[in-house]
Amino acid sequence: MAQPILVAEHVAKHYPLKGAGFSRRRGRVLAVADVSLSVAAGEVFGLVGESGCGKSTLGRALLRLEDPTAGRVLFNGEDIAAFDPPRLKQFRREAQIIYQDPYSSLNPRRQIGDLIAEPLDIHRVGTPAERQERAAWLLKVVGLLPEHARRYPHEFSGGQRQRIVIARALALNPMLLLADEPVSALDVSIQAQVINLLKELQTQFNLTYLFISHDLNLVEYISDRVAVMYLGRLVELASRQELYREPLHPYTQALLSAAPVPDPRAPKNRILLTGDVPSPVHPPAGCSFHPRCRESRETCRSEAPAFRELSSGRFVACHNR
Amino acid sequence: MSDPVLQIIGLKTQFQTRRGVVKAVDGLDLELHPGETFGLVGESGCGKSVTALSILRLLPKPAGRIAAGRILFDGKDLATVGEAEIRRIRGNRISMIFQEPMTSLNPVYTIGFQIEEVLRKHRGMRRAEARAEAARTLGLVGMPEPAARLDDYPHQFSGGMRQRAMIAMALACRPVLMIADEPSTALDVTIQAQILDLIARLKQEFGMSVLLITHDLGVVAEICRNVAVMYAGKVVESAGVDELFSRPVHPYTVGLFNSLPRVGGRTGGLKPIPGVVPSLANLPPGCAFQDRCSRRHEACGEEPPWREIVPGHHARCWKPLEVSHGAADSGR
Repeated sequence: MAQPILVAEHVAKHYPLKGAGFSRRRGRVLAVADVSLSVAAGEVFGLVGESGCGKSTLGRALLRLEDPTAGRVLFNGEDIAAFDPPRLKQFRREAQIIYQDPYSSLNPRRQIGDLIAEPLDIHRVGTPAERQERAAWLLKVVGLLPEHARRYPHEFSGGQRQRIVIARALALNPMLLLADEPVSALDVSIQAQVINLLKELQTQFNLTYLFISHDLNLVEYISDRVAVMYLGRLVELASRQELYREPLHPYTQALLSAAPVPDPRAPKNRILLTGDVPSPVHPPAGCSFHPRCRESRETCRSEAPAFRELSSGRFVACHNR
Repeated sequence: MSDPVLQIIGLKTQFQTRRGVVKAVDGLDLELHPGETFGLVGESGCGKSVTALSILRLLPKPAGRIAAGRILFDGKDLATVGEAEIRRIRGNRISMIFQEPMTSLNPVYTIGFQIEEVLRKHRGMRRAEARAEAARTLGLVGMPEPAARLDDYPHQFSGGMRQRAMIAMALACRPVLMIADEPSTALDVTIQAQILDLIARLKQEFGMSVLLITHDLGVVAEICRNVAVMYAGKVVESAGVDELFSRPVHPYTVGLFNSLPRVGGRTGGLKPIPGVVPSLANLPPGCAFQDRCSRRHEACGEEPPWREIVPGHHARCWKPLEVSHGAADSGR
């Protein structure tokens, strides 16, 4: 495998629960619990899971937008928690993020050209004229027109806005791009346009993607390796081919079988999970998936399974594998 | 075939806005038979939800109105019946579930009260009787310990359980027709699978018809028998699910399929539809899809005809793909 660009070692993030008023309720939300992974330079690393599983929190911790409660994150071999302010500022150029909602991530009162040039202003790259020139060029790169620079966000559709957000993320020539549900707010026909754009840009700019999504089909389409999260932990990690051909963890199996397939003749052998995802405030003892798992045994109720490497590059956290 | 439960003929629903009249639904025909699950698919703004709101006359007033067409149900035209009559039908003979259960449940009343209310209003039940029936209905939708949850408020339920409560409310009067507007879109995949399974099971059990409104072709493939694809206020293609998914002929339908990443590999890649959905206030004359269409030619400036391609399979297009061509397979 290529040199890892990003490594997480036993990263955990807990949030304290504040009791309302005089309430004595105390506790903590285990948003991310003991996650280790490494992202190779130039790959697309997909992170899937359902809402509340901690995938966004993990992503934020990896970019030092949240300070992890435990564990550490290495970027090109350096501990990001140890970055001093100048190095952190440099890191902010090297790693960028795209959010789900292009409506709330663009300031409605600023022109597109200024929005795209803003990162260049902050990092004082080039002269103002050069910045405007680069903004115009970036607009072309993402499939818009240079003359759009004088317009405002409300003049654009959702898909076009997400293109603008992508152009802004690329302004500083980053190495790593964290895309957190980048197309979930868009219509199907527009989703495909944006996904294709992301793929093209990856080759063109030699980018590494951390792609967070709840959409299994999309993650399969874009990723090289895929990690599945459940209740703050990774339950499985494998290459895209292996994970989708032969999912090992019972949760991954259920998740894959639950995704609706746009083919009425596809075999319907859905594994219906009973119940809901448990609250991360009171995660079940042992394996956090055991109350919904059809293979759960005595051990699963008492002991948390280790995240083990079964074969080269294939990790799973399950007692029965 | 048996008489349709619901028959919509030439429905036109329009909104008066500052930028002119928006034709949200522009001449829609639809037939729904007893026990059938019918999928109405399209992207945001295509008019699929407005169609549902028109059926139950829930359009925002005074901006929205049914400008033309008939909605025949039970020998009556829902487009013109009086307010009192539509109230008797709404929630009773035809019920509806919405996408976002949190915003459709009243947060200050218990779940039990909200289900009981339907029963007391439409079935004239007394409090105790309604309560027992509400508990029974909650049990039907797979709520664990239904009697104990009657006194809970919506915020005490998870998203999936709230949607179950919504379905229970819709089911309380054993409707003939249930309209489900994106019932599983706000839910996680594993919960979505549970809800779709539940709707399919209840439909069987009570012999209801279901009008399922969704943007997700996967959901349609899972539970519908027939499907209509909408674009800019019009149905552009309709057929049985097997037929439409294996041989789509309208360029828009084909484009939708080609935009979907498919389980089982990245063969072929995604072929998105270029451009964006045109504004409904400012549609081009003729076919609304022409500006995004790869098969566009001169005739498209005129309104395309609604033609039968093979029996039961219709499309609104001047130049539909050849059925024998195997369009879907080449694109997938």
